[in-house]
Amino acid sequence: MLTILFDGIAYGMVLFVLACGLAVTLGLMNFVNLAHGAFAMAGGYVTAVLMNRYGVPFLATLPLAFIVPAIMGLVLERSLYRQLYARSHLDQVLFSIGLVFMAVAAVDYAMGSQQQLIQLPSWLQGRVEVLGIQVGLYRSFIIAICGVLVVALQLILSRTRFGIRLRAAVDDPRVARGLGINVSMIFAATFAVGSGLAGLGGALGAEILGLDPTFPLKFMIYFLIVVTVGGTTSITGPFLASLILGIADVAGKYYVPSLGAFVIYTLMIVVLILRPQGLFARAR
Amino acid sequence: MHADPIAKSAPPPSTADLVRRSLVRKGRWGVAEIGFWAVAAATLFFLPERHLILNEIAIIGLFALSLDLILGYAGIVSLGHAAFFGFGAYTAGILAKHGFADPLLGLGAAALAAALLGFVTSFLVLRGTDLTKLMVTLGVALLLGEIANQASWLTGGADGLQGISMGPVLGLFEFDIFGTTAYAYSLTVSFLLFILARRIVVSPFGLSLRSIRDNPLRARAVGIPVSRRLVAVYTLAAAYAGVAGALLAQTTQFVSLDVLAFHRSADIMLVLVIGGAGYLYGGLLGAIGFKVLQDILSGWTPQYWQFWIGLILVVIVLVGRERLTDKVGALWPRSRTRPAGQAQVLPATPAREV
Repeated sequence: MLTILFDGIAYGMVLFVLACGLAVTLGLMNFVNLAHGAFAMAGGYVTAVLMNRYGVPFLATLPLAFIVPAIMGLVLERSLYRQLYARSHLDQVLFSIGLVFMAVAAVDYAMGSQQQLIQLPSWLQGRVEVLGIQVGLYRSFIIAICGVLVVALQLILSRTRFGIRLRAAVDDPRVARGLGINVSMIFAATFAVGSGLAGLGGALGAEILGLDPTFPLKFMIYFLIVVTVGGTTSITGPFLASLILGIADVAGKYYVPSLGAFVIYTLMIVVLILRPQGLFARAR
Repeated sequence: MHADPIAKSAPPPSTADLVRRSLVRKGRWGVAEIGFWAVAAATLFFLPERHLILNEIAIIGLFALSLDLILGYAGIVSLGHAAFFGFGAYTAGILAKHGFADPLLGLGAAALAAALLGFVTSFLVLRGTDLTKLMVTLGVALLLGEIANQASWLTGGADGLQGISMGPVLGLFEFDIFGTTAYAYSLTVSFLLFILARRIVVSPFGLSLRSIRDNPLRARAVGIPVSRRLVAVYTLAAAYAGVAGALLAQTTQFVSLDVLAFHRSADIMLVLVIGGAGYLYGGLLGAIGFKVLQDILSGWTPQYWQFWIGLILVVIVLVGRERLTDKVGALWPRSRTRPAGQAQVLPATPAREV
C-alpha cells in the first residue's frame, strides 16, 4: 500500500519534471504545444544512446539529456515557434502535431521502433526497507532530484530577477516590453529551459515510463492533463496535479487494472467541466 | 427560396433586398460544383481498378465534411472527432455482426448513435476556452478508445471486430471484391449528405453559425441563441462522422481500435487543412489530396510516411492556411470570391481572453 504510494509519488515527480516546461509555454505563454513530449523523448534518447553505445555512466548523461533538448528547444523557438505565438490555437495545434509526427518517424528511422532499455548503475538498483516500507532506490533517487528541482524552480520564479521578469512578460507583454524587458529573449530562454527539463524528465523516466518512438503521442495526454488540471497561475498547481495523477495512475493500474486509463480520463473531463481554469487556480 | 429574417422583418428597402439576393446567389450551384460531382460520378465507370481507394476517399471526404461543419462553420476546435467516427463504425459493425445485415439500417443506427453521443458531449464542448475544448474532445475520444479496448466481449478489443457480413444494399447490390458497389454506395451517401449540408450552411441557420464563429459575443447580442446553435451543429456533425464511420465498417467489413485512435483525429484535421475549411468542398478536395499524398509517400517510404505528413502540416501552418486557399482561388478566377472570402477560419483568440 505505502509502496504503491511511494511509486506513485516518484511517477508523479517525473511527470512534473516532464510537464513543467509545458506549464510555462501552454499555461503562461498560452501556446498549445503538443510537441512537448518530443523534447522529452530527445532527452531520453540522449541518455539511452550515450549509455548503450558509448558506455557513459548514467549520471554523466543527465546533464547532456538536459542540454541537448534545451538547445533544440532554443533553435526551434527562435526559428519556428516564435512566429506562431500570435496565431490561432488551431494553427498551433496543427503545427505541433506536425512536429510530433516528424519526431516520431525520425526517431523510428534513426533508432528503430523497439523499446530502449537503460541499464541503471548497480547502486541505484534494488529496494531497501525503510520503516517497514519497501522503497526502490531508483525511485528515491528520482524523488530526491525532482524535489530539488521543484524547490529550485519555485525559488527562481518567485525570488530571482529572471522570475519576476518572466511573470511580468507573461502578464502583459506590451507593458513589459515598454519597461525595457526583452520579452522575446525571456520567452526563448524559458522555452529552452522547459525543453531541457522535459529532456531531463525523459531521461529520468525512461526506466519508469518506457521509451520508444511513440513516446510523445503516448504521454501527450498526461502532460496536458497535468497542465490543464493543475492550472497555470503557479508552479504548485501542476506539481500537485502531477502527484495526484501519478498516484492515481499507479494505484489504478495496481488495484483495478481492467479499468486501465479510464479513471484518469474521466477525472480530467470532470475537472475541466467543473473548473475550466484548473483545479488549483483562482478563477480569473 | 430562403426564409431570410432580414427580408421578413423589413418591407423591401433596397439593402435587405440586395443582401437577400446575394445570399440566394451564393446558395446556387455553380458550374464548377456540378462539374466536380459529374467527375466523381464518372469515376464510377472509368476507374474500375481504383474503386477501393476511391471508396476510402469518399469516406474520408464525408468525415472531413463533418469536421468542416463544426470547425469551418462554427469555429469549434476538436482534437477528438474520431470519437464519433469510431462510435458509428462500431455501431454499424456490431449491428451487422449480430444479424442486422441491411447496410442502410446500420447507417441509420450509426447516425443516430453518433448524434446522441454528439448531443451529450456537446454540452461539455460549449464551455471553456479553445484549450479546454481541445482537451475535452481529446479526452472523450481517448475514453471511447479505452472502452472499446476493454469491452472486448462486444468490440473484439485489440483484435478488432471480425465476422461482419453485410447484406446487399437496398436488397439489390451485393458488395463485391473490387469495391465497385462499396464505392457507389459511399459516394451516393456522401453526395446526399453533402447536399443536405450545403442546404444547411446557406440557410439562415448556417449563416447564424458563421456569425457565431466570427464573433460569438456580437452574435449573442443580435439575438442568436449561441449555445443552442452550437449544440445543434455539433450533434449534426457527430451524426455525419458516425455515418462516415459506418460506411468504413460496412465496406471494409472490419472495425479495429484504429478508428478511434488519435492519429485519425489528427489526420482528418490535416485533410481539412489541405482542402481549406469553411466552404464544404475543402473536406472532399482535401481527402483526395491526402489520399494521393499518402499513396505516393507510403510507396516512397513505407514506414516513415508520417514524417512527410508532419512536414506538410508544419509547412502549411508556417506558410499560412489562408494564403494557400487564396492562391488556389486565384488560379480559378470564377470561384475566386468563394474560397478566398470564406476560408478565413477561426479568428485568433487574443491571449488575454483565455
